[in-house]
Amino acid sequence: MNSFFFFVLTTLIALMLVYLYRVVRGPSIYDRVLGLNGISTKAIVVLLVIGTMFERVDMFVDISTGYAILNLVGALAIAKFLEEQGAQEK
Amino acid sequence: MTIEIPLLILLIMTAAGAILVKDLISAVFILGSYSFALALVWALLGAVDVAFVEAVVGAGLATVFFLLTLFRTTEKDRVICRPPVPWSAIIGLPLLGLLLLYGAGDLPVFGDPTSPASTVISPLYLENSIRQTGTPNVVTAVLMDYRSFDTFIETIVIFTAGIACALIMRKGDK
Repeated sequence: MNSFFFFVLTTLIALMLVYLYRVVRGPSIYDRVLGLNGISTKAIVVLLVIGTMFERVDMFVDISTGYAILNLVGALAIAKFLEEQGAQEK
Repeated sequence: MTIEIPLLILLIMTAAGAILVKDLISAVFILGSYSFALALVWALLGAVDVAFVEAVVGAGLATVFFLLTLFRTTEKDRVICRPPVPWSAIIGLPLLGLLLLYGAGDLPVFGDPTSPASTVISPLYLENSIRQTGTPNVVTAVLMDYRSFDTFIETIVIFTAGIACALIMRKGDK
């Protein structure tokens, strides 16, 4: 069972590398926002998988919940920022 | 734990990307993914509290604060122009890194039961903390009871910084 979770963890981190390529190279800001959101959804699952590997899911659920909530706040801030920037350019 | 090596590569890649990228908004996004990778490394090392703080403050709040700063600053600040790197840095920093790696070779192995930290100080806290402080979580007992003045003064520093930021931003409004 542990090797299964290890495989899941490796696959998720490999998927994150794909998103990371889009964040670093992405031609426009929107690519970067989408890449960051994709990374953070993987982040929530990866934290839970690590918690299952350590057999302490109860603590890691807290981390991933806090991460998910603040990630929503971050996404809202980014959206607000892009809105303001678009208003300034007009 | 071989899973740490791709995570550390991810960490270095995001850090380099945040420095090398051209505009500041992208650097903010890359820093968000950087602190997420750092939170994963902390979680794998078993430091759950630090991972929690890194995920919440580093990836969540710091991104919002950086974006707020970019709100307030002018357009021309978004383009970074760098002076060329001096030769002393190119030669000196790898030497410093080699020195640190040489020093890290003498550190005890991670999770070593015979290291000084896990033979002297950790059993002391683990045995006495619940009797002396009545707090079930040992990390909380160390932070809030044994080192309460340290935490208190840290809180004062952060509070002062918050007041200063609020005053500066209020002055900008007028």
